[in-house]
Amino acid sequence: MAILSKKSRSALYDPLVKTNPISLSVLGICSALAVTIRVDQALIMTGAVIFVLSTSNTIISVIRKYIPSRTRIIIQLAIIAGLVSLIDQVLMAYMYNMSKQLSVFVSLIVTNCIVMGRADAYAMQNPAGNSFLDGLGNGFGYGAILIAVAFFRELFGSGTIYGISIIPEFVYNLGYENLGLMVLSPGAFIVLGLIVWFQKEIWKEKVK
Amino acid sequence: MGFEHYLSLLIKAVFIENIVLAYFLGMCSFLAISKQVETSIGLGFAVIFVLSITAPINWLITTYLLKDGALAWIGLPEINLSYLNLIVFIAVIAAVVQLVEMFLDRFSPTLYQSLGIYLPLIAVNCSILGGSLFLVERKYTFIESSVFGFGSGLGFFLAIVALASIRHRMKYSNVPEQLKGVGMAMLLTGLISMAFMAFSGIDI
Repeated sequence: MAILSKKSRSALYDPLVKTNPISLSVLGICSALAVTIRVDQALIMTGAVIFVLSTSNTIISVIRKYIPSRTRIIIQLAIIAGLVSLIDQVLMAYMYNMSKQLSVFVSLIVTNCIVMGRADAYAMQNPAGNSFLDGLGNGFGYGAILIAVAFFRELFGSGTIYGISIIPEFVYNLGYENLGLMVLSPGAFIVLGLIVWFQKEIWKEKVK
Repeated sequence: MGFEHYLSLLIKAVFIENIVLAYFLGMCSFLAISKQVETSIGLGFAVIFVLSITAPINWLITTYLLKDGALAWIGLPEINLSYLNLIVFIAVIAAVVQLVEMFLDRFSPTLYQSLGIYLPLIAVNCSILGGSLFLVERKYTFIESSVFGFGSGLGFFLAIVALASIRHRMKYSNVPEQLKGVGMAMLLTGLISMAFMAFSGIDI
């Protein structure tokens, strides 16, 4: 990839595994667990977060020289809240059922620590292009974990992926049953805990 | 609606629909501040405090200013400002946190000392904002939202103190190297959450 410099590349790719916002920095878990009952919910949520994160990073980075450091939190919150209201209204207008299912969790992107964290830690110091890539990378890193958790919860909890039955009928006839625990909240905690464990186990050298 | 109704709402908010363990709100600070029991108690009290204040205030604001037709009392029944909910809630929470901080500093320095560092953190705690968003979505009345706010705060307090106490004991156990920290905290939270689900049959 000669298009991107080394710094831009690391801004984009590092958050996917090496500095993954959810599993390693433990940011933004609130929403990550709540919307992972089904894969389609997780996908919409990921889209919303990627949009908010990359846009807010870009905007904040562009105006970073004009933000006084004492009031920066309020300014960042205002920008993020505006973007989140926007995406909430769009979801309500075009995907009403999905927005009902996601209920308050779209609005809660505002207090998602990833968005605030990246705005404060990265966008305030770096130029707009890299901040945009950093937002994209963190958004995708967040999405990867979200979709992984949703994949296992939907597979074991309802026997489907994206609403399509995966586990064949004869397995149920043999006495297999869906694991009801996965659909409930403890399932989310346990799946995410195990994913964090495996991730650290596999990327032991790369991850600190 | 009698006393039993509010008691049942309180029990539901504390145990059955615990804001952390069933709705995953406030997880960030829940995992980050649960390493020591004392600090977790401090954060727990701060959450109870702020949530009990912001829930009724935000109810008043949505009902008399923002809801569809809420401005009928000043003769503007066709105005619907509910899309402003989110921004107003955040502003209210930030303002209340600031006020509480100043108030405590002036009138109760000891409490201020112990809650001090946690109060600013709370402004971006999802459980506070989530509490306000839930009371709009579930169409609670004024008393119901006060009870719900207090109950959710108490639920957060119980959950974080429980996790902190268990994590304190875990220091002496033999946990696989890569599972230490976040991974283990997640699994423990899963187990606590399962225990809290045992309350789900209770109905008063």
